[in-house]
Amino acid sequence: MEILKSAAAGTLESSDAMVTVEPGEDGIQLELSSSVMNQYGRQIKATILETLERLDVTNAHVTVVDKGALDCTLKARVECAVFRSCDASSANIPWGGAIR
Amino acid sequence: MIRRPKPERFRLRRTMMFMNAQKPGLIKDAYIYGCDSIMLDLEDAVAENQKDAARFSLYHALTTIDYGNTEVIVRINGLDTPHWQEDIRVCVAGGADGIRIAKCESAQDVHTVEAAVEAAEKEFGVEVGRTLLMAALESPKGILNAYEICSASDRMFGVAISGGDFRKCMQTKFSPDGVDMLAARGQMLLAARAAGIQCFDTVFTDLDDNEGFKAEVLQNKAMGFDGKSLINPKQIRLVHEVFAPTEKEVKQAEAVVRAYKEQSAAGVGVFTVNGKMIDIAFIPGAERTLRLAKACGMYEGDLV
Amino acid sequence: MINAVGREIPDALLVNGKEVYQGKNYMDGKYLHKAAPTTRRYEKPQESKIVATLADALKQCGAKDGMTFSFHHHLRDGDYVVNMVMKAAIEELGLKDLTIAATSLGSAHDPIADYIEEGKVIGIQTSGIRGRMGEVVSAGKLKTPAIIRSHGGRPRAIEAGEVHIDIAFVAAPTSDCVGNCRGIGGKSNCGSMGYAMTDAKYADHVVVVTDCLVDFPNMPASVEAIDVDAVVVVDSIGNPKKIASAAARISQNPRDLMMAENVAKVIASTPYFKDGFSFQTGVGGPSLAANLFLEKYMDERNIKMGWAIGGICGPMVELLKKGKVGKVIDVQDFDLDAVNSINQTPNHFEMSASQYANPANKGAFVNKLDFVVLAALEIDTGFNVNVLTGSDGVLRGAPGGHPDTAAGSKVCIIVTPLTRGRMATVCEKVVTVTTPGDCVDVLVTDYGIAVNPLRPDLIECLDNAGIPHVSIESLKEKAYSLVGRPDDLQWEDKVVAVLEARDGTILDVVRKIKPLSL
Repeated sequence: MEILKSAAAGTLESSDAMVTVEPGEDGIQLELSSSVMNQYGRQIKATILETLERLDVTNAHVTVVDKGALDCTLKARVECAVFRSCDASSANIPWGGAIR
Repeated sequence: MIRRPKPERFRLRRTMMFMNAQKPGLIKDAYIYGCDSIMLDLEDAVAENQKDAARFSLYHALTTIDYGNTEVIVRINGLDTPHWQEDIRVCVAGGADGIRIAKCESAQDVHTVEAAVEAAEKEFGVEVGRTLLMAALESPKGILNAYEICSASDRMFGVAISGGDFRKCMQTKFSPDGVDMLAARGQMLLAARAAGIQCFDTVFTDLDDNEGFKAEVLQNKAMGFDGKSLINPKQIRLVHEVFAPTEKEVKQAEAVVRAYKEQSAAGVGVFTVNGKMIDIAFIPGAERTLRLAKACGMYEGDLV
Repeated sequence: MINAVGREIPDALLVNGKEVYQGKNYMDGKYLHKAAPTTRRYEKPQESKIVATLADALKQCGAKDGMTFSFHHHLRDGDYVVNMVMKAAIEELGLKDLTIAATSLGSAHDPIADYIEEGKVIGIQTSGIRGRMGEVVSAGKLKTPAIIRSHGGRPRAIEAGEVHIDIAFVAAPTSDCVGNCRGIGGKSNCGSMGYAMTDAKYADHVVVVTDCLVDFPNMPASVEAIDVDAVVVVDSIGNPKKIASAAARISQNPRDLMMAENVAKVIASTPYFKDGFSFQTGVGGPSLAANLFLEKYMDERNIKMGWAIGGICGPMVELLKKGKVGKVIDVQDFDLDAVNSINQTPNHFEMSASQYANPANKGAFVNKLDFVVLAALEIDTGFNVNVLTGSDGVLRGAPGGHPDTAAGSKVCIIVTPLTRGRMATVCEKVVTVTTPGDCVDVLVTDYGIAVNPLRPDLIECLDNAGIPHVSIESLKEKAYSLVGRPDDLQWEDKVVAVLEARDGTILDVVRKIKPLSL
């Protein structure tokens, strides 16, 4: 998917994450901050990048402010932000396909 | 990925607890409090501009969280909204046990949802018929059409009244003696029993009014409800206590089921237990009592 | 050298008779030579000890570079006194190389972080360390490792001369002109002043800082004029809103309540739950809520609590007033209900930190405890508890009375949710051992109960009462299955804090954390 405009999903509540995606040109630029950086930073980064890859996002500026979200929440927030950036978040989502 | 076992149409559903599907902190382990079913809500709890985000959360919750034996139902948005079709797709794809149809007013509403569910089951390779349905009656029209709604589909396991909206339609408000919804509850119960499905009462919203809550649950049990919708885990215990059978009921049920198994093996159809005439008609009730007793930790045998 | 809880303690720390932790009660029976302070004689009658400013008081007490100043933490997050004194010493008198020995420090003391970074404060001895100070110490900015002690370990160390206090500062809600102090009757009341008592007895100099001067004699005094050199009257010693909350409310969080109920069930299943039993609980959500459920069991069995100790708050005072507990003995008050009750409600008494928890004296209250209910930041499969460092390795907590009550009580129950956000509370290896596993008996979580295998008697109690329990390993696995297995923290060699066991041996060290950069 191509990031067409800036979009965000999630909150800054505990156990959640705020994900913002913006159009980019030079691959994926990830800015990550996390309340559990020292223990889970690598895993969070991997989850975000895998999710973007599944969605076939190759160019984007991605900002994630993580407040201790579980992987399933991180995925949901990244996916929602990406679909929102293409105005495609409200119907015909590929559940079980690119979303899994 | 978690694959939930095939849902049971008729199982114990004393307590169905509502949870906002959009709140990661809530849904990750709502089952620990021991309710029979959790109701992940895409409707009223989720703001209009977060409906899309809630579905993504819901999908991953359904497919990654091990809810164990707790039933997982999803309340979808009303048929008069632009959301319900995608709600159904995500429920079916994620493997929810059942769908609660909000603001259901006719058999046609059930059929509409059923068609979309079946289409989704085919789309996502889910066994056709797996996804159960229940209806929430929220208007006088829904109550008047209760029987046709209850009997509209083999997927229907139950029907529930939704007090907030219903009271508004009736121009009444909550009354401690239940008189505000007495007729509606009665009508719905009659319809559910006639159609052979379960029946659930509405939520009790004043978390500080313990006495009022208890009175309502006692009345629910007396009227014949199977269970109740809840908004807070701290309400679970009382409902389970009130709905628990007495020890005497458990003993009698155990004797009936045991005698039935022995006698039917010997070809006897009618027999007596503790001086009471028993035939096959008593068995489902006795088995229900034993299942309830087992869930309440009052029965450890293997008859059910 | 590896100690009894499996922690590597650098040999460089094992000097001047310091040993590594050897297990519970290792020091029992040994003798202690108490270190007496050197104090000034005031033979000539003096009308008043009031001096105009903190700087004057510091000068009168001979304050100089390299000294150790002590403070107590009854004003908690509302405290102004630590910052006020250090500002006067450093910015007005130009002192440096100072050590702060406080019973605890919190986020109210963020400004001290600057003095640490400037090298003016070179030593910290405390139970709690949080906020910015925790961050700068974790980052290795303090010149000497911080020394972390329990509430009982501190008076032990003071009496043994391991901490020599040059000047003790007593934050007093009321004082008279010669330094008789009380924790009530003023505008910044804190109730008990128990943690200040040992300091006042063992410091060379004592300065009282008050914002409410009262008529002589201010009786019954918590800190007595016989130990006081000077009294300074300031506008305000603290923010009353942050000293004591209006009322410590019992949690309505269903998770807390569920765990609290299980705590009460466990307590009621043991033979120690009988008329006259003794009890302490923390004020965290589930710990405090245990009071509520315990009361039900007490009523059911028609028994009363003999006595309760600890930091005290409203719900315990309520039990006392209802006649359900015989005596409450109090080292610190958490809310206004408790503040207003101490020494007012019959059988509500004040005690010193030493009386409360010092393992080296001849009869601390903790050693008579039947039950204590405590929280944890982390607990590992060896039942070792961490209440000091976050799972990110940064100092942000306090052992407080945790290790003392755990070691002294017959049944120590830890109550904590299995996970907090993405942090596994039940884990393979705690970041820092603050309470050794041999002192911890039962773990109650929202996902199940585990009993320390060292306590087969308690396992039998739970079994007899039909209370399900599982192994702590299975709880750990469940936690990791929810949040994922964390990566090991990366440390540098530099030790930023030394954690003393309550008997003075070294239980663990905290090293400088290497933050993860991606």
